[in-house]
Amino acid sequence: MPKVTYVHPDGAREVLDVPLGTSVMRAAIVNGVDGIVAECGGEMMCATCHVYVEPDQLNRTPPQSDDEKAMLEFTASERKPNSRLSCQLVATPELDGLVVYLPETQV
Amino acid sequence: MQAPVVAIIGAGQAGFQAAASLRDAGFTGRVVLVGDEPVLPYQRPPLSKSYLAGQSGVDDLWLRPAEFYARRQIDLVYGEPVTAIDRDRRLLCLASGIEFAWDHLVLATGARYRALPVPGAELDGVLALRTLADADALRQRLNEASEVVVVGAGFIGLEFAAVAIACGARVHIVEITHHPMGRVVSAPVSRFFTEAHTDWGAEIALGTGVAQILGAGGRVIGVETSNGRRISADLVLICVGVIPNAELARDAGLQVDNGIVVDECLLTSDPAISAIGDCANFPTPFAAGRVRLESVQNAVDQGRCVADRLAGRPGAYQKVPWFWSDQGDLKLQIAGITTGHDTSVLRGDPADRKFSVFCFRGGRLIGVESVNRTADHVVARRLLAGDPGLSPEQAADEGYDLQAHARRLSGR
Repeated sequence: MPKVTYVHPDGAREVLDVPLGTSVMRAAIVNGVDGIVAECGGEMMCATCHVYVEPDQLNRTPPQSDDEKAMLEFTASERKPNSRLSCQLVATPELDGLVVYLPETQV
Repeated sequence: MQAPVVAIIGAGQAGFQAAASLRDAGFTGRVVLVGDEPVLPYQRPPLSKSYLAGQSGVDDLWLRPAEFYARRQIDLVYGEPVTAIDRDRRLLCLASGIEFAWDHLVLATGARYRALPVPGAELDGVLALRTLADADALRQRLNEASEVVVVGAGFIGLEFAAVAIACGARVHIVEITHHPMGRVVSAPVSRFFTEAHTDWGAEIALGTGVAQILGAGGRVIGVETSNGRRISADLVLICVGVIPNAELARDAGLQVDNGIVVDECLLTSDPAISAIGDCANFPTPFAAGRVRLESVQNAVDQGRCVADRLAGRPGAYQKVPWFWSDQGDLKLQIAGITTGHDTSVLRGDPADRKFSVFCFRGGRLIGVESVNRTADHVVARRLLAGDPGLSPEQAADEGYDLQAHARRLSGR
């Protein structure tokens, strides 16, 4: 199972085994990682599952859809080049070892 | 002095959010969340979409895992209907006979489906869709059904119809008005979705009611319409809207009128009681008068607004309403409230299956309905948060840069 590391704004790290096909968002919700809100449940209607992907790993993540790019306009914390909606980061073998940084706030 | 107790009746999206946001906002008193369904708080939107279609499982529905409630010190009581609110003694009475005290009460009682008062509505195979239990029953039946009649072409009915067609069933949709989703969407969007469902293979009878539901041996075999036509069916879904659950409030003497009446801060006529979500009738700057909205956005933002007030940061509720509906390969997104518009313009071409309808009242943008055009929806949400300053001519001109328009507004 791919391992994903969630880094909180204070530097604390949590590592989860994310089943293939499960999103980085859903894994955080199920395992009680605070800092991912996911108001819309993964429908790309909000931007409250915003994460910053470790820049070196961006090329391993799936491409952004136009819908995701549009919805990233609504992040409560600053949008950066490595901003993603974690509902769109679905675990694949390529994502093993992914590191995502949680923003200061989601709302 | 004892820590204050906030009790929340209703463990749907709104009640859950109020409880979670109380902790997020630093509230240190006791939080009690009481739900009448026998399961953890869950998301309802997938019930008529991915969950119904079998694309997601029950574990994907829970808003949070069971451990969350203990960790955030939320006393979750589920499977327990509340039978009465005693305002004088500030007590809640549960069906099991338990009473407990509260200092502030939040009513997040939601809504229930509206029954269709016709003969045969009680037959086996006549279903509704509101709860997880409803969805499980419907999913089971849908696997076996070959002829489905959907009564009511609102969001739930049309979402279900799209799933049923994809499952291989023959689908008839019977709608009493001439405009599917017409209570909420503009004429062009209503027309577009009517045509889309027809293209997918559904048969739609508009301006048609149901006279009776036909059965044999206790099981449904068809529907007789108001004009005497008989349509055979082995599954009938009734989705003719909902009724707000306002009886507890009414019996407690609170003001009730199409839901529980609240002020701009979401307080009822008793300042110790708030109401949020589907059951709350509130004043809004986004419509001509009061509204009652049935949406995730409304539930979440109102839950947060009340939690912030109880944690010492009071404020009026003024969030831009937004909503979505997935039907087949079409994603409908609505920003604002378009009901009551006097002018509408198209941006994009419905023939491309990507377009938006910008709705205006008195020259001011009041809402935007987008089909497969998320970028328009996002801009609309930003514009509606202030004075949109957008003319119908600008909205209709695809060469006019809406993003730049929104940036200029936020910059000033």
